[in-house]
Amino acid sequence: MTLSAGFTNPVADAQACFRSVLDAMARPGRIHTITGIVAPAPLCEATAAVLLTLADHETPLWLDSSTKAARDWIAFHTGAAIVPADRSTFGVALALPDLAGFPNGTDEMPETAATIIVQVDSLEAGQRFVLAGPGLREPAILAVTGLPPDFAALWQRNHALFPRGIDLILCAGVRLTALPRSVSIKDA
Amino acid sequence: MAYVAIKGGEQAIDNAHAWLAEERRGDTATPALSVSQIQEQLGRSVDRVMAEGSLYDRELAALAIKQAQGDLIEAAFLLRAYRTTLPRFAHSVAVETGSMRIERRVSAIFKDLPGGQVLGPTYDYTHRLLDFSLLGDETVAPETETAAGHVGTMPRVPDILGHEGLLEADAPSSREPGDLTREPLTFPAERDVRLQALARGDEGFLLGLGYSTQRGYGGSHPFAGEIRMGEVSVEIEPAELGFDIDIGDLIMTECQMVNQFKGSKTVPPQFTRGYGLVFGFGERKAMAMALVDRAMRAAELGEDVTAPAQNVEFVLYHSDNIEATGFVEHLKLPHYVDFQSELQNVRRMRKEAAE
Amino acid sequence: MAVLARASANEIDTLLTKHGSVPSHTILRGPEGGLVMVRGRAGGGGSAFNLGDMTVTRCTVRTESGFVGHAYVAGRETRRAELAALVDALMQDPDRAADLEVRVIAPLAAVQARHAAERAAKAAATRVQFFAMQTMRT
Repeated sequence: MTLSAGFTNPVADAQACFRSVLDAMARPGRIHTITGIVAPAPLCEATAAVLLTLADHETPLWLDSSTKAARDWIAFHTGAAIVPADRSTFGVALALPDLAGFPNGTDEMPETAATIIVQVDSLEAGQRFVLAGPGLREPAILAVTGLPPDFAALWQRNHALFPRGIDLILCAGVRLTALPRSVSIKDA
Repeated sequence: MAYVAIKGGEQAIDNAHAWLAEERRGDTATPALSVSQIQEQLGRSVDRVMAEGSLYDRELAALAIKQAQGDLIEAAFLLRAYRTTLPRFAHSVAVETGSMRIERRVSAIFKDLPGGQVLGPTYDYTHRLLDFSLLGDETVAPETETAAGHVGTMPRVPDILGHEGLLEADAPSSREPGDLTREPLTFPAERDVRLQALARGDEGFLLGLGYSTQRGYGGSHPFAGEIRMGEVSVEIEPAELGFDIDIGDLIMTECQMVNQFKGSKTVPPQFTRGYGLVFGFGERKAMAMALVDRAMRAAELGEDVTAPAQNVEFVLYHSDNIEATGFVEHLKLPHYVDFQSELQNVRRMRKEAAE
Repeated sequence: MAVLARASANEIDTLLTKHGSVPSHTILRGPEGGLVMVRGRAGGGGSAFNLGDMTVTRCTVRTESGFVGHAYVAGRETRRAELAALVDALMQDPDRAADLEVRVIAPLAAVQARHAAERAAKAAATRVQFFAMQTMRT
């Protein structure tokens, strides 16, 4: 087993990453930059950092098959059990998976829904979306390369479930942003 | 109706804390108490704080006792608060109390059981007379008597008695046990959750409840089948290794209470059992826990549920001293507005009565 | 690992460095403190329940020759976890395992066995002998 280290400064780096995720969830579409990690292929730095920050022994994890090469690293650093999508707390995918396959919470306990970390090609250029909802005084524009062409329509089905629904964290290279279930998305 | 935020008193609070620190230290002419002294010489306090704080760490428990000026509930509270800051790496494999390295083991139901009756460092048979020699810094005879005979591991009483079928057998299951530190208490509570709540419950509360069952409130005619104390090793299976590893020893106390049972439509008359297991040397707590565990099994065994100790909701909602102290002590926080409204009510009612 | 988990950092350090300095290594994770939820069984042998947490420190290291060692030890002593992980890594090396077994593990195990035997002998001295009862019956 070839293992590499996680964060350079485990406590400070994880706290900084947590703050970024928190802020990205509060202000959907805002881009944050991650430092202090060397990611194992095929994960990018942001995906690896978010995983180390959020997942642990008590958060069952679903991994899409394309992340196989990083599986040992993920198991070692998070200690999370690898489970089927419908039992997961977090998911990691290199392409948008079918959102219907994940727990989307209940009306009494909406917090039991899964959060999926989707690694995309770019968060700087590509297909443009208009985001609106809580945390956004004015509608915001987000450009993404690597989501399906009909993403806005797929998302609106998830958004309609509110307060239930899946939350997404999009990662590309060292950048990340978040799309909580509360945000409404249209093609720009 | 909204809450009214009131500011003020910050200076008073700072001064109160400063005075508290001074009071904690006491007269500086007396040497300061070290954490290792508490750990070594107040071991039973450490054990109790670990059990009720639900965290096994002797040094941290001793520190909490020092910080709380020996207030053991406050110390358990400190330990619980600290525990929430740590990530959980794993769940252990269930500890094997049958492999305990015995330091004390007694049975009140069999005189000559395999392994024998081992008293260990017990207060039983002391005369409960104050020992004035302890007023000084007395020296203890360095070596207690040792005997060549070996005390290692011993079979547990249920294993010895189980063969005849007169004693209820354990019912193993592979179900993942509930966890009160992760999911809030819900009812009906299964035995796994009940045992977790009892293990971290207040010793005094459980002692009183256990006593009540002996005095006829849900009488179940108990015998101390076995009490054992000693070191038990803890094993975990880390994901990256894929096999069990031994990570060290914990001191634990286990109690098997044996109770006569008249039988039911499906079960012949036999002895049933109540179970107690606690961190540290906690014989009184383990015995009380076993009595209350058995009392709470009344419904499962088809007995009438009449007494407080048999009422699962009553016991579990009130056994946690951290929750209890929080709710009782919150009464001293400002209730100015609540009281004003009550005052108005009483004035109005008196006025109406007078008219 | 059972032996290393019960030894102090100083004991491991002393035995390990008897023939030179602590072998150089890179830390892959930790040493970091956390918890293990200790489980018991209802009745001693029935279904599992969560008894309470214990403090645990873990560490993973890689030696210069590429062997990876893991340690999980009870308590909060970080140096002990790191040294235990290092010994675990060094023992993955078939050329060194036998030597370490003799030089480090065996002496630690002997100390622990002696300590356990002392406690067992004290316990044995408190074992009740019911000879008086037997005498009365005759």
